[in-house]
Amino acid sequence: MGSKLSIALLALAALTTVARAQDKNSDVIARGEYLARAGDCTACHTAPEGRLFAGGRAMPTPFGTLYTSNITPDPETGIGKWSADDFYKTMHSGRFPDGGLIYPAMPFASYTKVTRADSDAIFAYLRSIPPVNQKNRPHELRFPYDNRQLILGWRTLFFSEGEFKPDPTKSDEWNRGAYLVEGLGHCGMCHSPINALGGTSQSDAFKGGLIPMQNWYAPSLTSNREAGLGDWSIKDITDLLQTGVSARGVVYGPMAEVVHNSLQYLNDADTKAMAVYLKGIAEASSPPPASSTLPNTESSLLISLGKTVYDKNCASCHGTQGEGKPPHWPPLANNQSIEMQSAVNPIRMVLNGGYPPGTKGNPMPYGMPPFAGLLSDNEVAAVVSYIRTAWGNRGTPVSAREANELRSAPLN
Amino acid sequence: MLARTAASAALVVTLAAFDGAAAQTANQPPDTMAARVEACTPCHGNKGEGTSDVYFPRLAGKPAGYLYNQLLAFRSGRRKYPPMNYLLEFLPDPYLQAMAEYFAGEHPPLPPPAPSEVSKDVLAQGEQLATSGDAGRNIPACVSCHGPGLTGMQPGIPGLLGLRAPYISAQLGAWRYGTRTAKSPDCMQVVASHLTEADVTAVAAWLATRPAPDNRAPVAKGTYALSFGCGSQPN
Repeated sequence: MGSKLSIALLALAALTTVARAQDKNSDVIARGEYLARAGDCTACHTAPEGRLFAGGRAMPTPFGTLYTSNITPDPETGIGKWSADDFYKTMHSGRFPDGGLIYPAMPFASYTKVTRADSDAIFAYLRSIPPVNQKNRPHELRFPYDNRQLILGWRTLFFSEGEFKPDPTKSDEWNRGAYLVEGLGHCGMCHSPINALGGTSQSDAFKGGLIPMQNWYAPSLTSNREAGLGDWSIKDITDLLQTGVSARGVVYGPMAEVVHNSLQYLNDADTKAMAVYLKGIAEASSPPPASSTLPNTESSLLISLGKTVYDKNCASCHGTQGEGKPPHWPPLANNQSIEMQSAVNPIRMVLNGGYPPGTKGNPMPYGMPPFAGLLSDNEVAAVVSYIRTAWGNRGTPVSAREANELRSAPLN
Repeated sequence: MLARTAASAALVVTLAAFDGAAAQTANQPPDTMAARVEACTPCHGNKGEGTSDVYFPRLAGKPAGYLYNQLLAFRSGRRKYPPMNYLLEFLPDPYLQAMAEYFAGEHPPLPPPAPSEVSKDVLAQGEQLATSGDAGRNIPACVSCHGPGLTGMQPGIPGLLGLRAPYISAQLGAWRYGTRTAKSPDCMQVVASHLTEADVTAVAAWLATRPAPDNRAPVAKGTYALSFGCGSQPN
């Protein structure tokens, strides 16, 4: 009797241990899923109408088209035979398990900062999703970029391997934000200038740049004259990151994708940490305004025509003084995105319109109509010149030629 | 009891929050679908009635299921038109459903049919194909699926009234060349693959001449049986 009871107790204890192990395992998987969202893995590794993480998405680059890989646990075509070590090596060193070099379209220059524990959690999550048997499609790169050995040169110039090192002079919150922004968030992939070799030098991190192939300008995160968030409140920053809209402006273009697939899923503490860090890296004092060529006759004419176009087409939502009805109809007065030196984004918004992403916090966003079919090049240039210079905005006028060139910018 | 008190307390707090929200709406855009779909209006008209551009279709009054399928197809890129693909890329399913229902529920008047630019013979050929098809060439009549009044059928088959010839012709062409596709079995791709360019011109021209019937609403699901399978209209 006594022995039966102890066997039963032992069995119960064993079951509890198994259950605890499973709980722990499911906790790790849940954390891995969260971190995979923070890394926006799905943006590249899931094709439109494709199975989750089965790859096959075409990624146009200046060097040819890359096709993303299958990262489901399928043993034949996915990463089913990989170990956690293999996965960490890929994230940390940008090399396949066999040592092969990975094209830097995979943001391993950022993911190298990810901790081993976080890498293991992401791997555990990827092991838990349904395997998909789908062969990777070969890349279509032009000569000489089809030679993977060239990546060695790129790595020497632009890759420094190493996990994130917290700055002991900053708060835990700032460091958490830095870890997310510089690591999984891989914000620098777009928000840093990219040179002809497809790389970014460390000193230029987060200084902004035109995104190759997309023709959207990813503004500087360090200059308050661009998307520097130095004079934004923390709430406005977290609103923008989590819901896609804020009292200061809304996300659009490629950033809408980031909020849609990644940032809206981050918890309040992590979002706030990112906000604190982003506010922190903005330059304390604003550099002098972009050299404004004194308005010549042409630009005064443009601006005067621009006011007419604005009052007819734009003022009903954005207000006669550019005040908008934030957060849904963004203000244009004192809106950095309108004023910054590159006029690519405001011109494209006028031409293409757009919706902020639908998010948990803003499931039915208001959209801006495309005006490409309604306004001439001259009218587009005029209205953009007007909003860049009216109401105290300190931007510069743009020409009809600039507007015309962006009519053919790719939309997807 | 405690739960009930807590629930009423929560209700009071919620109502107070609503009051606060109402006070702020003066400085907010109207909380309506009409305001949310303003991005659609330069091309499709304020109520989805279409615009002077003959390549942009009327949306008003089409079955919500059809419009929803198109929104999903544009969002995923299956149906290719970059300005639409771009606008919808990051909008969630329930919102697209709401947009579809909004335009399905609008009923602005149909424009008077424009005089046709093609010959009487061509129009007659279009009428023949649209109303009787051509069994010898495996071409079903348009009316066999889009309805005797060409008003479509709930939930997935669109009406063909109020569309201009260039739009219809462009869509049939897109199906023939495979740039417009729908869920398998893709019935329209099969039909369009049997059409010649002359057929397309004729049938598009005749459809564009049709006057509005008294009842323009799509007929109810199952009003008539489809002669072949269609992925967009599950039986």
